Amino acid sequence: MSETCFHCSLPIPAGSRFGVTLDGVFRQMCCPGCVAVAEIILSTGLDQYYRYRNEPAPSLRDQTLPDAEELARYDRPALQKIFVRREGELRFITLAIDGLRCAACVWLIEQHLRRQNGVVDIAVSLTAQRAELTWNEAATRLSTVLGALARIGYRAYPYQPALQESARQAEHRDALKRLAVAGLGMMQVMMFAVGLYAGAIQGIADNYRDFFRWVSAIMCAPVVGYAALPFFSGAWRDLRRLRAGMDVPIALAIGGTYAASLAAAATRRGDVYFESIAMFVFLILLGRFLEMRGRHRAARSVEGALRSTPKWALRLDANGSQAVSVYELEIGDRVLVKPGESFPADGCVVDGSGWVNEAMLTGEQWPRAKGVGDPVVGGTQNGESPLTFVVERVGAETTLSSIVRLVDRAARERPAIAEVADRVARVFVPVVIVLAILVGAIWWQIDSSRALWVTLSVLVVSCPCALSLATPAALTTATGQLLRRGLLVTRAHVLEGLARATHVVLDKTGTLTAGRFQLQRVAPFGAASAADCLNLARQLESYSEHPIAKAFAGASGDPAANLSNVRAVVARGIEAKANGVVVRIGAAEWVADLWKPAPAMSFDSPAAGGSGVLLGSSSGPLCWFELNDAPRPQAARTLQRLRDLGLELHVVSGDDAVAVEKLARQLGIRHAVGRALPQDKLEYVRALQRDGAVVIMVGDGVNDSPGLGGAQVSLALGSGTDIAMTAADSVLMRDDLEVVAEAILTARRTRSIIVQNLAWAVAYNVVALPLAACGFVAPYWAAFGMSLSSLIVVTNALRLGRSRGDGSMQVSRPLWTAQRIEEGA
Amino acid sequence: MNSIYFLVPLAGVLLVIAVAAFFWAVRAGQFDDLDTPGMRVLFDDDEPPSSRLPLDRSKE
Repeated sequence: MSETCFHCSLPIPAGSRFGVTLDGVFRQMCCPGCVAVAEIILSTGLDQYYRYRNEPAPSLRDQTLPDAEELARYDRPALQKIFVRREGELRFITLAIDGLRCAACVWLIEQHLRRQNGVVDIAVSLTAQRAELTWNEAATRLSTVLGALARIGYRAYPYQPALQESARQAEHRDALKRLAVAGLGMMQVMMFAVGLYAGAIQGIADNYRDFFRWVSAIMCAPVVGYAALPFFSGAWRDLRRLRAGMDVPIALAIGGTYAASLAAAATRRGDVYFESIAMFVFLILLGRFLEMRGRHRAARSVEGALRSTPKWALRLDANGSQAVSVYELEIGDRVLVKPGESFPADGCVVDGSGWVNEAMLTGEQWPRAKGVGDPVVGGTQNGESPLTFVVERVGAETTLSSIVRLVDRAARERPAIAEVADRVARVFVPVVIVLAILVGAIWWQIDSSRALWVTLSVLVVSCPCALSLATPAALTTATGQLLRRGLLVTRAHVLEGLARATHVVLDKTGTLTAGRFQLQRVAPFGAASAADCLNLARQLESYSEHPIAKAFAGASGDPAANLSNVRAVVARGIEAKANGVVVRIGAAEWVADLWKPAPAMSFDSPAAGGSGVLLGSSSGPLCWFELNDAPRPQAARTLQRLRDLGLELHVVSGDDAVAVEKLARQLGIRHAVGRALPQDKLEYVRALQRDGAVVIMVGDGVNDSPGLGGAQVSLALGSGTDIAMTAADSVLMRDDLEVVAEAILTARRTRSIIVQNLAWAVAYNVVALPLAACGFVAPYWAAFGMSLSSLIVVTNALRLGRSRGDGSMQVSRPLWTAQRIEEGA
Repeated sequence: MNSIYFLVPLAGVLLVIAVAAFFWAVRAGQFDDLDTPGMRVLFDDDEPPSSRLPLDRSKE
């Protein structure tokens, strides 16, 4: 059953034999990284982690541990001065931690770090995704602690309190205070209400009744005047803009009932309904509070995902090199970019030569050769050799920034998805208000003394609580469910958009494909055998650091030839003498130079879109190796599921048109466009939208960002660029395309639950409104009915949280309570 | 029954104190993390101090 990694729950690649033995059972794992972490966890006696957890561990596949040098940057006094508080030997720092998923992570980190020498205290907060660390500078260094954390799979960064975070904290505290006032007020007022009701049945002296009423009025005053303030300000905002939001009838009902009850208490005529008001306010506040917590949690996770790349640059100066923040870079600075790192700004290479992967920017899968004098663009990734460049543009001037501006504009102009609840509310609310006024006017004619109460009953009975409470409840539950499946939703309209989507626009490189070269086809010429050619190619490519060489990496057989005079030619390939004969592997034209004039060759040259390298000797071509960026393993299945869901698929890529066409044909996608610039992607999405499509865009690169910003719903891959993740309104936390199909299913289910809830709310109103309008419903019955109605819709919404059996990515539920009892420990 | 004229205002005063205490606790940040503390009580942290292991367990 365990086809997923025991540690991180990612699928295990075929033929992988990694794993560790726990409790006498061999647990399969996906990669050596997970095994290393699991071994550290087990060897330090922290194996209970696996019992406590209810979320998989952060994956270590394709991740490298931070090297000592990177960590040592955190020991720099200049940096520590900003983040670290000191007290004698003790140092205090707040760390932002990536990959905190559940309580077991908290436990594991705390236990692991407490055992480190020199760690005085560590307190992890799951809500804030942060940790407060205290260490003794005499015994350890910050870099050592961060290294220990990295070895169990968590990356930590010094935390800069972002503006949004303090705003969130303020909002949370504010909501808690209002909720407490409403809750406590409700309890008090209810108590007196019991006395009043009892008094109404068995008789009560007038002076006590009036006393109870006034006490209720006073206790209810902070509930109306403080706890319910957001409704009044919201209603006022809506009224000023001449639209009917949900706050308008809520504010009217609260304000009207309170004023009328107060009048009744003062004139000693009529009834008071202070307890109904308090309960009403408390219930609505509770719904909004739950919705706010879900929203905050999602926002924090996104910030965590965006933090994963520390923005450092290695500036060269007279005294050597110095790691500086990218914001400190100035035009004219010489910056060294190590293999695998990103260029921090635009500039021009002054030293070194190598390959630069611009796929994030252009979608092109082939790396570009860069030598002295070539321009480099900030955000692109350096290949395998160190390059030094001079900064020419920084900040807002860079290519990256101009794309970010494009994203911003696209996002502003994005067609809004009106949510079901919003649309219903827009009709429902004015209708209710008009109806209430009408009823009031009619009753004024019939019996002016009852007119006010009947009108208020109508308002309370029809209060759109089902809308204002149950819809957020459904959305929050569904969002949580999606997060467990690996999709992080960051904007509210995503679920609605996913459910209504008609078209899916996908990027190629990095989205449909993994962005890594794989050997697709070996086509030998003439007498040469494929195996021999492959062997020779492997040997030659082992001298290269080009990304293509990785496609040849792997178990090579016996050395086929004695290589000598091996020479790597930049942007061309590798040349060597094999058993005395000159051989070359690389760009076709360059290899063909060996045997000029070229004999007729029958293979797709790279110019024709088929990507590959040629192997040849001085006597002629030996073999053509077709390389391609192979589609992700789940791509075909996911696309089929999307088609089954009735969605039209499109591929838009910045890569070569032929390569895009080929992949589209392979995956059965009919609409494919290549050579698309970032603006073109946005235009493509807009063109679809003009024809009435609701577009989901899936992408990972900087060049996808404008499209992501312009589509109604956008999903960025978690392995993609920061800009793509910022532009998109949801992020795939695992590189698993299948989640897209799952998300659409969940969204459709959510939508049908919301529709059910709305149907219930409408049905309830159809029955209750006439009764209330005819004066049969006393306000406390109205409040009770409203609460019951809310309860029903919330319970219905919570059904979304129950996972279905088909969740293939589901991880074991927290069964540890039962297990611990069994252990009898 | 006249005692309610004294007791009810007293309850009100206590209520104000309770709300003030809660506001103070919120402002002091005691409610900023509502997820972790509830789970933390379930962890065993009765590990004997002798189980402290040397810092570096990597296999190099």
